Parts: sequence; C-alpha cells; structure tokens
Amino acid sequence: MSTEKLKEIILKVLPDVDTVIGWQEGFDKIHITPFFMKSPEDAEKAVWNSLCVQNLAAYLPSLKKKTAVIVKGCDSRTIVQYMQEGLIDRSNVVIIGIPCTGVVSVKKVLKAVDYQPIEDVKFSDEKIIIKTSKGEKTLAIADVCPDKCKTCQYPTPIVYDHLAGDPIESTKPAESVYEDIKEFEKKSLEERRDYFKNEFDKCIRCYACRNACPMCVCQDSCIAETRDPHWITQKLSSEEKMMFHMIHAVHLAGRCVECGECERVCPMDIPVAKLKKKINSEMKELFDYVPGVNPEDKPPMYTFNVEEAKIKEHKL
Amino acid sequence: MADTGFLPKEKLKDFLEALSKDAVVYAPALEGDIVLFKEYSQGKDLYLDRPANLGPKSIIYPQCETLLSFDFKKNDPEDPKKVDIELKTESNFANTVVFGCRPCDAKGLVIYDKVFIDTDTADPYYKERRDKTTIISFACEAPFAGCFCTAVGGGPADTTGSDVLMTDVGDGFFFEALTEKGKAVLKSVPMQDGASYKEKAQKIKSEAEKKIRNPFPKDATEKLSQKLFDSDEFWEKVVSKCISCGACTYLCPTCYCFNITDEKTKDKGERIRTWDACMFNHFTLETSGHNPRPSKLKRFRNRVGHKFLYYPEKYNGVIACCGCGRCIRYCPASVDISEIVGYLKDPKQK
Repeated sequence: MSTEKLKEIILKVLPDVDTVIGWQEGFDKIHITPFFMKSPEDAEKAVWNSLCVQNLAAYLPSLKKKTAVIVKGCDSRTIVQYMQEGLIDRSNVVIIGIPCTGVVSVKKVLKAVDYQPIEDVKFSDEKIIIKTSKGEKTLAIADVCPDKCKTCQYPTPIVYDHLAGDPIESTKPAESVYEDIKEFEKKSLEERRDYFKNEFDKCIRCYACRNACPMCVCQDSCIAETRDPHWITQKLSSEEKMMFHMIHAVHLAGRCVECGECERVCPMDIPVAKLKKKINSEMKELFDYVPGVNPEDKPPMYTFNVEEAKIKEHKL
Repeated sequence: MADTGFLPKEKLKDFLEALSKDAVVYAPALEGDIVLFKEYSQGKDLYLDRPANLGPKSIIYPQCETLLSFDFKKNDPEDPKKVDIELKTESNFANTVVFGCRPCDAKGLVIYDKVFIDTDTADPYYKERRDKTTIISFACEAPFAGCFCTAVGGGPADTTGSDVLMTDVGDGFFFEALTEKGKAVLKSVPMQDGASYKEKAQKIKSEAEKKIRNPFPKDATEKLSQKLFDSDEFWEKVVSKCISCGACTYLCPTCYCFNITDEKTKDKGERIRTWDACMFNHFTLETSGHNPRPSKLKRFRNRVGHKFLYYPEKYNGVIACCGCGRCIRYCPASVDISEIVGYLKDPKQK
C-alpha cells in the first residue's frame, strides 16, 4: 500500500470532516507522530510506513466534531469495541482502513542499534535499514515487530469506510495468540509474583499506560487518583503500584483490544500488557468472547446470563 | 593534586568502592533494557553508554517523601473526646554521591535550588539532601535522540550544578573538581594526576558541543511570541496529539511540582509529598469543581509557559529546561517541546 493512495483518500475525505487523524514524520527518522490534518497542504505531509505504530482510534471519544481516522487492522478493533460500548457515534466517524503486514517496535529497533541516534531509515522488502553514526544496519521487520504482530489475526481492518489497499488474510494460527501467556503460566506462583513485583517497582505512576489505553474511558475520573473513595494512596510502594495495575487490568476484562499501546508507551519498559492479555485469555475461555471483532457483540461484563455454560457455581 | 585527576577505565569500580565507604553511591545501571540510578554495591555493573531513562532527580527530590507522621492519642480516660496529636519528623539521609549523571541532570538541580533553597524559607527536606549530596557528572561525547542542551544555555560538558566533571578521554576518565565538595571527593581517593589529560578532554568537550542540534530557527528571538502563545489555534495544532499523561514531567530534570496529601489509617498517618504533573486534569482542579485549565491544550501551554516564560521572569532569565530531550524521547505521541518553542521563537510567526 502506497502513501500516495492514502493521500488520495485523505484528500477525498477532508471536505466532509473537521480533521483527518493520520501520521507524519516526528522529531527524528524513527519516530512517527500523530498528525491532525485540516487542509490539503497537511495531507501532502501524511506518511504511511511500518513505523506508524500508534493506535490513533484512541483519540476518537474525546473529539466532538466529525473526524476521519486512519486505522490498521489491530486499531480497528478499538473502533468496534467503541461501537459495542456506545462510546462513539459511528455516523460522526469516517474510517480509513489500511491492510497492514506488521509494524516496527521502535524500542526493539533502538535496542538493536545500541540506542544510537537514528540518522536515516529506509524500507526494502520487509526489511528496515537503519543508519546511525556507527553505520548501517538491516533488520527484518519480523524480528523487530511488536509482539502483537507475531500473532496478528486481523491484518485488514474489521470496519472501514475506505480501504487503502487490498485486503490481506491472516497467516498466523489463532491458537498462537495466547501462547506467550500459557508459557508464562508454567512459572511457579512465586516466580510470577517476583516477576511482577520487580517490573512494577519500576513504575513511576505517570499513567502513560492508562492515558494511551483506548478502553480506559474513566481517564480524569480514574480511581487511582480519587480521594473519595480512597482506594489507592499517593505513596510509591509496590503494593500501591500493583493495585493500580491490577485495577487497570480488571477494568479491561473482556474489553482490552490488545493494541499494545500501554506497553509501547511505558517509559520504564514495564510489560504492562501481560496482565490484560491473561485476563482476556480467561474471558475467551469462559465466555468465548474476543473483544473488538464484531460490532453486534455485547461485552460479557456488560450483561449477564443466569446460567453461564462454563461457570459452575451458579448451579444451586 | 586535587583539582584534576585521571583514572584508567579498569580502576573505575575501585573508585566507586572507595567512595562507598563514606557515602551512599548512586550510579547508572541497566535494568532490563532501561537505565536507572541504583545504589552501587561491590561488583555491581555500571552502565554509562547513554543517559538514564529517569535521571537522579528522585535521589535528591524523591517522588514520595514523608514530611511528618502523626498519631492521634486518647490519653485521658475521663474524657474520651480529648485527643492529643503526636507529630514526628525523621531525617536519616546519609552522605550521598551521585555518580555518572549527565551535565543536563546536574543543571536541573540548580533550577530546583532556586525554588527550594534560595528563598526566605528554604525547604529543609530538599536542602538537607542537596547539601549532603556530591554530584559527579559525566560529559557527553555526542548527543542522544532529542537532545538540545546548547539551545537552552547548557552544554554536553556544562559544569552548572556539578561538583566534579568526568570526561572519557579514551583509555580512562579525566576528572575535574568544580567545587569544594568536588575537591574533597577527589582528595579522598588515590588518583593519578590529570593535568596531562586536560587538553585532550577540552578538545573532546568542544567537539561534542558542535554536534548538538539547535532546534530553534536561525534568526530566533530570545523572547517568545506572546501573540502565538495566547492563540488557542496554535496550541490545538501542536498538542492535539498529547495524551495528557505525566511521562514528560516525571522524567524531566527541571519539573518540580508536587502534591501534599495526608495518608491516614484509623488514628495515625503520614503527611507525604509526591511529584505531581501539570499535564493531569486534577492538577488545577479546585474544590468548587472549577478547573482553570480544563483542557490538555491549556495544560500544555502552561508547561511551556512555566519553563520558558514564568520561571525566567522570576529568576533572572534562567530557562527552566535543561534540554535533556527525555520528554521528547519518551513521549507516547512524540510531542516535541523544542519544535513548539521553536515556533514561538520564530519572529516570522505572527
């Protein structure tokens, strides 16, 4: 899919909307940044490549005017979930879908080049070529993609009004999605506790994970900061941090669309998505429900059945 | 010999171990893939290849500190309504050495000093930590992604706020004492004379300075355009992508805003001071429910204003930004404060 094709669609959509949210080049060659386009001149600066990682759909609930948004397959699940939960007015949103073969994790690329400042980036044949002052390095995109791409089931957006490119079928087996969770669960309880304690100890409570999360709809009324009820103190102890992350995860039960934004944005590199993925795997097991794939679905926590097929204790 | 010194690379750990005898030493260490300041202990690995994700600010200005603890006591059995309050403050901050922070990190502390120490009522908590800490900064040889220190009055080998400046001269490190505290540190540890490395270090430092980008337009004015600063349209254009989290402020070596809360269980508790972030909605939320900065545009405008307008107005033109680039590097949406200030400084912008 070429950037030119995308620009054509943007120009076509622009007159009908207040803003088109897409991507443009950021402060250096490896960082792509969200771009709120208002004019045809803006559209000229739009960019699409494997560095367009951020889930732009997350901006939608905060915008009142009619907005067009560019989404990859994974990002489109956010919109589907918003539709299920009534968080957006679909008639107020124009969806420009992009079939995507996988993006690049900037953190992984930076690690691969020893965190040298990036001078240039080029793409060729599913590879990314990174230039730093130490020379050029070629990396296979498959080796530096975010973990979510490795098991991607939805390379083509599930909902869209315009599709920039031809639909792509997933080549990844559906069983692979929760393999990492199953692997992690083989560790003993103590090992898992120590793992999370160690990771969450790094948390600085900046709430980047919460604010980047498209499904964290409480935002400014988050109980991590309320004084009444006083669920969490402002202290910096492991317990308080763990409590916040547990609340975040539980609030997303059957709602997390696994976009990985929470983990991508963490400045302390904490694998915060793991807990959410674990809970999602439970939701799949219990309710056979996958968030954000069918606009007609009702999230399991939004409803209840007197008898649940897989929950035994209701059988009195 | 006390003003300069030289240590071969393999002797660096011996140096830290010697320092650890009289002080708690914090040095950058690798934690997974990130770099954090950790208490140095014998044999522990150091990591000096890039600046820490979170600088040493939390050592001197902790993210959470207890100002006092309180205990409600019923001492009179005759009158259960009579309650005495017992207040306690504790201070147990040991002599500390921060080793291997970057010159921008040290410069950040000087921004804090003006607020917490150079006033009629110095903050005793901050002052104690600051007084008891010696800062050994490590000069940068080259910029890292997002760095712009020279554009805001600093530099890769700036000495502001440091007690000792250390430069990598290839086969070892050249040390320069900058303050009395720094001289004392260099004296306390056996070290080779550094005089012969001074010139080489100077060359490395001035080469580094040339490599730092200046994000501001060539004909930029010192002053920011008030007209543009007051334009909602401008802020909407540059910060619509901001997600209003606190990563930029918490990682910033010059952000010092805090919150004070009483965290209490039944009859005892603590009054704590914790970092706060002007990017959060709650930051200016008043008890009436009114919020003078209700949108992220207003909040971001304040963040830029505080650093580049209000602080300089109050403190003789000093900019409250050290150009470390962390807010740019780690921003979830790659918001670039240097680009925004660049627009505001561009005289062509009306």
